Amino acid sequence: MTHAQPATAPRTMYEKVWDAHVVIPESPDAPAVLAIDLHLIHEVTSPQAFATLRERGLRVRRPGRTLATLDHSIPTLPRRADGSLPILNNDAARQIELLAAHCREFGVHLHDLDSADQGIVHVMGPDLGATQPGMTIVCGDSHTSTHGAFGALAFGIGTSEVAQVLATQCLLQRRSGTMCVDVSGQLPEGVTPKDMILAIIAHIGVGGGTGCVIEYRGEAVRALSMEGRMTVCNMSIEAGARAGMIAPDQTTFDHIRGRAMAPTGEAWERAIEQWRSIASDVGAVFDRSVALNASGLEPMVTWGTSPEDAIPVTGLIPEPAGDSRRDRALRYMNFEGGEPIAGRAVDTVFIGSCTNSRIEDLRAAAQVFRGNRVADGVRALVVPGSASVKRQAQAEGLAEVFVQAGCEWREPGCSMCIAMNGDLVEPGKLAISTSNRNFEGRQGPGARTLLASPLTAAAAAVTGVVTDPRELINEPVTAGGVS
Amino acid sequence: MNPLRVVTSRVVVLPDQNVDTDRIIPARFLTTTGSEGLGAYAFNDWRIDATGSPRPDFPFNDTRAEGAEILVAGHNFGCGSSREHAAWALREIGIRVVISSEIADIFRANAARNGILPIVIDKSNHAKLLTAAFQELTVDLERCEIRSEQLGVMEFPVDAFMRRCLLEGVDHLGYLLTKLDAIEAYEGAAS
Ligand code: SF4
Repeated sequence: MTHAQPATAPRTMYEKVWDAHVVIPESPDAPAVLAIDLHLIHEVTSPQAFATLRERGLRVRRPGRTLATLDHSIPTLPRRADGSLPILNNDAARQIELLAAHCREFGVHLHDLDSADQGIVHVMGPDLGATQPGMTIVCGDSHTSTHGAFGALAFGIGTSEVAQVLATQCLLQRRSGTMCVDVSGQLPEGVTPKDMILAIIAHIGVGGGTGCVIEYRGEAVRALSMEGRMTVCNMSIEAGARAGMIAPDQTTFDHIRGRAMAPTGEAWERAIEQWRSIASDVGAVFDRSVALNASGLEPMVTWGTSPEDAIPVTGLIPEPAGDSRRDRALRYMNFEGGEPIAGRAVDTVFIGSCTNSRIEDLRAAAQVFRGNRVADGVRALVVPGSASVKRQAQAEGLAEVFVQAGCEWREPGCSMCIAMNGDLVEPGKLAISTSNRNFEGRQGPGARTLLASPLTAAAAAVTGVVTDPRELINEPVTAGGVS
Repeated sequence: MNPLRVVTSRVVVLPDQNVDTDRIIPARFLTTTGSEGLGAYAFNDWRIDATGSPRPDFPFNDTRAEGAEILVAGHNFGCGSSREHAAWALREIGIRVVISSEIADIFRANAARNGILPIVIDKSNHAKLLTAAFQELTVDLERCEIRSEQLGVMEFPVDAFMRRCLLEGVDHLGYLLTKLDAIEAYEGAAS
């Protein structure tokens, strides 16, 4: 069979989205000027950008394409009896006030603490239906890669770039390389999207995606729910990648339909048609390709201070190897090396963050907590990613399960993921967390972090030690899997 | 932005791989609403112990690190969080050049926009530079070369736009604002 020659060479999804947003193409002498569809801002990385605008007498060019929320430095404890917020300190209070003031001054919509939509910036955007396929999305936050789950080109930027986008709705960018991660097979029961991405990062390394945009594809990726896809794309930055993307399909459309900012009526039909066209063309060439099979994966947990330090929960902590990084990580974690990771006593359990604080994550955790109690001496925090996730968890009775089990059920926010808001892991304590970074001190000075899925974290909470969650689950689990 | 042409200074070497931006500036110092004052917290938990005493094995605590403007770092420096605070903190302690065999994308861009030259150099030259602790080095951006008495001359690649911006002190926002006509044309066509 002969095909007509296509007008252009086959392109990857990244290249299509890039091409559609080029205002001025790049040249050897200058980067491209790239148009940005959606700019998300929060209190920590925006004050200096607004200050720049004010100094130069600039306005926000497209306030309607800018969405603001409070998430990083806010408390996750409820308001006090007198209505005041238990904010960590004056600096944090000032940040919170300043974002509100800047949004008022520059006409940006802020989903503030009493809004029904407030949440972690990467939970809120998709919640609202603001995150859509084919868009360019940026935020002064590296986990902006999350939004790539919808087939958007979404990446983190620095604060001076936040100022650029506020002022011009554009960015100076060089085109990235492309990388394809193909995951075949099917995730076994009890193995979640979090385990998939931890296994991918362990495989390609923490710098394995540097300079690249990763496209995740293959049977196991197609089978993921949107929550699961967001978990995977979220951690692309932990492999050093600029962004992660997954081609939009019916799962994507079904997730967006009916949300507050989703197109409706004829515009919806047109949108779907356009969204279907952005998947990588057959024959599109990636600079690098990696293949994995999901069927052999196990629940993963990290032992060290880099997200690439992930091993199966049934595995052994590696022995010292005279490799300065590994040895330093073992020292920091206070592990000998050579011992099983399962059975290590944990002090703190954190279920939350933009990686794993969505409704399916909470459902998975609740499945383990139902009818169980948090082990003596363990502190377990469950922090929903947004006000809307919180409402849903309450409506489904999940909140009650957490409270009954002895967890602290909190208000939405970044919480212990970043430990700059009052929630933190105490020095020397061992935490198992569903967040994305186990860096030294990430969850508090001296805090030691094991990264894991909500199932594995919940299993550790009820047993008090690192536990293979498959031992605890009787009912079939579809955590972030086929919904 | 101060132009950067030639920097001659002693070198501080941090050989650790994958130094993330949380290590460069821990998150609890990000409650600031300005970009000044972060130098005092650069590498905070690495530089001082829990009692506030300087850790003797941290290279920046060595008296020979005083006034150093060049940092040679292990592979994949600046990974993790996008916080520009990391670049602001390094700038404030006087760092003008960071050299590694890999520098994470976002940090690299943040550094350059704050007058810090990020140099990604090949593995063999990187290995040599890791042995150059506290030696004097010249980084010449005009000629794209690193010179030292001990190591000789090494060339390095650099993005042409980044080089021009650093050499001339071009401000990226100012540059982008000169493109408003094209931006308007694009917006007109897209809507
Ligand atoms: S939850 Fe953690 S990783 Fe996500 S945006 Fe907040 S601080 Fe960043």
